[in-house]
Amino acid sequence: MHIVVCIKQVPDSAQIRVHPVTNTIMRQGVPTIINPYDLFSLEEALRLRDRIGAKVTVLTMGPKMAETALRKALSLGADRAILLTDRRFAGSDTLATSFALASAIGKIAETEPVDMVFCGKQTIDGDTAQVGPGIARRLGLQQLTYIARIDSVDPAGREIVVQRRAEGGVQVLRTALPCMVTMLEGSNTIRFGTMPDMFRAARAVIEEWDAAAAGIEDVMKCGLRGSPTVVKRVFAPKPNAKKAEQIEVEGKSAEDIALAAIDTLFAARPSLADDMLRQAAE
Amino acid sequence: MSEQKQPASRASLKAKLDEKLLAYQGVWVFIELERGQVHSVSWELIGEGRKLADAQGVELSGVLVGPSGETTRAAAQDAFAYGADNVYLVEDPLLADYRNEPYTQVLTKLVNKYKPEILLLGATNLGRDLAGSVATTLATGLTADCTELAIDMEGRSLAATRPTFGGSLLCTIHTLNFRPQMATVRPRVMAMPERQEGRGGRIIEDGIDMAESSIITKVLDFIPDRDTNKSQLAYADIVVAGGMGLGKAENYALVQELAAVLGAETGGSRPLVQKGWLTADRQIGQTGKTIRPKLYIAAGISGAIQHRVGVEGADTILAINTDPNAPIFDFAHYGIVGDALKILPALTAAFRKRLAVNRLAS
Ligand SMILES: Cc1cc2nc3c(=O)[nH]c(=O)nc-3n(C[C@H](O)[C@H](O)[C@H](O)COP(=O)(O)OP(=O)(O)OC[C@H]3O[C@@H](n4cnc5c(N)ncnc54)[C@H](O)[C@@H]3O)c2cc1C
Ligand SMILES: Nc1ncnc2c1ncn2[C@@H]1O[C@H](COP(=O)(O)O)[C@@H](O)[C@H]1O
Repeated sequence: MHIVVCIKQVPDSAQIRVHPVTNTIMRQGVPTIINPYDLFSLEEALRLRDRIGAKVTVLTMGPKMAETALRKALSLGADRAILLTDRRFAGSDTLATSFALASAIGKIAETEPVDMVFCGKQTIDGDTAQVGPGIARRLGLQQLTYIARIDSVDPAGREIVVQRRAEGGVQVLRTALPCMVTMLEGSNTIRFGTMPDMFRAARAVIEEWDAAAAGIEDVMKCGLRGSPTVVKRVFAPKPNAKKAEQIEVEGKSAEDIALAAIDTLFAARPSLADDMLRQAAE
Repeated sequence: MSEQKQPASRASLKAKLDEKLLAYQGVWVFIELERGQVHSVSWELIGEGRKLADAQGVELSGVLVGPSGETTRAAAQDAFAYGADNVYLVEDPLLADYRNEPYTQVLTKLVNKYKPEILLLGATNLGRDLAGSVATTLATGLTADCTELAIDMEGRSLAATRPTFGGSLLCTIHTLNFRPQMATVRPRVMAMPERQEGRGGRIIEDGIDMAESSIITKVLDFIPDRDTNKSQLAYADIVVAGGMGLGKAENYALVQELAAVLGAETGGSRPLVQKGWLTADRQIGQTGKTIRPKLYIAAGISGAIQHRVGVEGADTILAINTDPNAPIFDFAHYGIVGDALKILPALTAAFRKRLAVNRLAS
């Protein structure tokens, strides 16, 4: 078994700040992390390796600094890491990103056939959940998104059975390898790396591939030029003109405040009051 | 989606639409029918699609894919009642359960045959799974999780606005020289349209070019969620929610007690879910549920932008916060500057009293 896990390095959005005057993103000093959703997929790949034996290759497309994310994945136990980096990939939307990643996976598979590709459910910066399906489509992989559980994988029989989250329940699906899987958050917990893996990761030479190395001939399909979507405007949400009407609290007990709040609500929204009273009367 | 795109000279930015793309006309909404039920996001999108179609003076069509039978036909009538002019209908036993392969095949084929200019899908698990495959197959642009859709009259293009950078900013995305222009929208972001009983439309039937033997993925079983306590948060009329201001997990009971008196659903901010005080299906906000209740009571929630985008559709918001400068007071309608641990029980008692008086009177 050979599993490729696509991970993306993202800014830790909990720490992103917007400049209050210029409304631009202040990226300086914002730490980067592996997209949190990708870790559920990486862990699942590593578990499969523990269970049935496999090689786990991690792949990322990004600037040179994305190497940090790959090193982190190696320290968690991944076997091989490839950084897909080329100035021509800059400005890629999901269509162009899935093109580049699918090309690279195709290239990887030339020497070591790929049985499964794992992607994150979505990224926290792009947040589109489109790159995984894009890769699956391009490589003709069976598509298994929002997987809550992998019941079984049979590498010899080329079969996989999974539980997929759907509206109101889970679908139990059986399909064939090769396939693309995205794991649901909370489906597992990422392991701690072992000491030997940490040392190995620190010393590892990360393979760097440019467009040519990934077997991409048509660079028109890459980056900005290969992206059908165009960002026309980035702006801050407009502040509401009106602030909340405050219920008077000075020197009043909680009981009085609560009663005043209800009176204010009911006076302003008679229909709400009617609905609530009717419901209570039933 | 990329983050920092500088407009550059490239095919997608050409001022005039390619001749062959002019054939693409009309607005389509994919109607999500799963296990006999249409997801209400589809009707919300029919409502929104109506506005887009009217702005362009074109027709609005629903695409309905499902098993043959009554339910599927009834859903087509519903689509007309909510505002569709046409329904493209593909009925086949193969389409009983959602599977990526056959659904992608059907939708791609319909698009290539009838050429819609805009194609909208719900940003549900099903919609996102399908939209990604279809957009890749058609090699067109897809904008996910939009919060606002409009027609840019100048270029006749779809202006799709969505949160970016972790929700702190919004961006407007266009798909200029590719068709159809695809977008997904999350449930409850758009308002539910009014039903017009008896409104009719045209049904255009089509088929699937696949046999079961050529579909690799098989559905072995469907295990319905057993949890009868499943949250109806997105559709509740009244929602009471708590945030970190509650201080500790046990205090969440104060939220539940008020909700019980009001017959309301309960929810909370993301940190509560991260701390394990709440299950993920009760998270409200950008990465949780979008709600549109008549009344939303937020206790001890600061009102960060990622929370705000999930509640802005509420008719009335009452916020309780100790900090008079908390951002939640910037968009709540009514505010109480006070300790949620004291105000919540007082509200519970006061509502109980007000609502009980009526019971005696009636
Ligand atoms: C990519 C991304 C996605 C996110 N998605 C979501 C999302 O979907 N939903 C979401 O909610 N958040 C989301 N967040 C997190 C969001 O940015 C905020 O961190 C979060 O909403 C804050 O939660 P809070 O208001 O409960 O806590 P805090 O920000 O800690 O605020 C607590 C508030 O309680 C008040 N308070 C303290 N004591 C009391 C008291 N005794 N009585 C009354 N008030 C009191 C304080 O004044 C303060 O305003 C997301 C963040 C990122 C980066
Ligand atoms: N630049 C990238 N490099 C590697 N994997 C990526 C990249 N962008 C997206 N992915 C993968 O695709 C998933 C979905 O991304 P998105 O469509 O941006 O939400 C991510 O969780 C990753 O697994």
